Amino acid sequence: MRYSGFKVIKEALTGHKGWTPAWRDPEPQAHYDIVIIGGGGHGLATAHYLASVYGERRVAVIEKGWIGGGNVGRNTTIIRSNYLLDGNEPFYEFSLKLWEGLEQDLNYNAMVSQRGIMNLIHSDAQRDAFIRRGNAMILNGADAELLSEAQIRQEYPFLNFDDARFPIKGGLAQRRGGTVRHDAVAWGYARAADGRGVDIIQNCEVTGFRIENGKCFGVETSKGFIGAGCVGCAVAGNSSRLMAKAGMRLPIESHVLQAFVSEGLKPVLPGVITFGAGHFYVSQSDKGGLVFGGDIDGYNSYAQRGNLPVVEDVCEGGMAIMPMIGRARLLRMWGGIMDMSMDGSPIIDRTHIDGLYFNGGWCYGGFKATPASGYAFAHLLANDEPHETATAYRFDRFRTGHMIDEKGMGNQPNLH
Amino acid sequence: MIINHPLLGPRDSAEFVNLGAAELMNRPDPETATPEDWHDYAYLRDNPAGAHRELWFHEGGDRSILIVTRDTTTHEITAVELARNRGQRHDPGK
Repeated sequence: MRYSGFKVIKEALTGHKGWTPAWRDPEPQAHYDIVIIGGGGHGLATAHYLASVYGERRVAVIEKGWIGGGNVGRNTTIIRSNYLLDGNEPFYEFSLKLWEGLEQDLNYNAMVSQRGIMNLIHSDAQRDAFIRRGNAMILNGADAELLSEAQIRQEYPFLNFDDARFPIKGGLAQRRGGTVRHDAVAWGYARAADGRGVDIIQNCEVTGFRIENGKCFGVETSKGFIGAGCVGCAVAGNSSRLMAKAGMRLPIESHVLQAFVSEGLKPVLPGVITFGAGHFYVSQSDKGGLVFGGDIDGYNSYAQRGNLPVVEDVCEGGMAIMPMIGRARLLRMWGGIMDMSMDGSPIIDRTHIDGLYFNGGWCYGGFKATPASGYAFAHLLANDEPHETATAYRFDRFRTGHMIDEKGMGNQPNLH
Repeated sequence: MIINHPLLGPRDSAEFVNLGAAELMNRPDPETATPEDWHDYAYLRDNPAGAHRELWFHEGGDRSILIVTRDTTTHEITAVELARNRGQRHDPGK
């Protein structure tokens, strides 16, 4: 069923009896050409692009819970492509371009809103670094705009411009950045993939891999063995647990990142603001809540909830840069589990086991990457070679020294 | 989280900095280690869901380093000891 304005009107006039489930609930078949583990944004996007771009017909997505129940449902919904390094920027710009055409591609309203993102500048050194970053973005076909203090005063008059420690001296804006309705991304990809024959199998937990003579033949699950020509793992947050079943140790630690939303307010915040110096960023959802967050807690965790010191730190950051936020009441807070890789950049690569492929290590930047991650992973699964925008996301970069250290913090995951 | 410091008693975890897995005390022997050993030491982690032995540096306190056994699924801390009692033997224990 195609969704359209006409369809909405027709259903409204006929008692909404014509809506059907957006995807099927099939039992697993004995064998697929490609099995994807993980029914989150990245796994479902991979399935969609496998079916729509690479013409794969026998694809399944296996999910231990319900689709979209992990980090695609727990993030702060920001999309952007304001990266510096060559290994990253083409990939994230590719992702942003896919976001721009996503709703037409999926025939699904994902509420992609290019309301712009702005990184604040407080010092000469930071301005130099952001000019360099902006130029790198422009060289890779993205948009970047250096804003003066006066321009920011016009757009965001309520910010604390004259703070003694971090006075606002300018900003780097990406107008094409913005926000997306995060759950709709998972649902839209699921519906589109299902429409092309992909089996989405929920409540089916992978318990092991069947690996013989260095080749993966399928997965053992709570619904029995499922054979596969190749297996792709996209379970960021739980990557180490899953790959341990294949005998692998990963360059990844799982950390908790907290996020917060205030009560619903009238529109006060036109775009996304990041206050990197104070470990704080904020946007306003279409429902009106201020959505904000800060740093990871800094210790290994699988608990999907954090602790109070980071709550205090984030709220201090908010009060420092945007004092009026103190008048809003906090409605909810939650935590998501991040695959923190050793250099802060992701991995989309084959493993040393034939037929077993890995997608993970997204740190806290996985949501914006969802379309390109799915596209690049689909390319890898279909062709057994990396997509041109993802050639740097290799396991062996830690061995060869080709790390993508966007933040220049070395191999300490708790610092990225 | 409250970390029960062996010398100072219960302390807020905000006084500490997490330094990662306690297995990082098992530094390869530079005389014999291969590049592969260093790669595994520097970059690969067990990252378990469950009991995790990890190093916490008491930066806002007595600057000792503790080995804390903590469940990563519940944040419950079950054991705390001074890392120096292990470090001199090049043996972080199990």
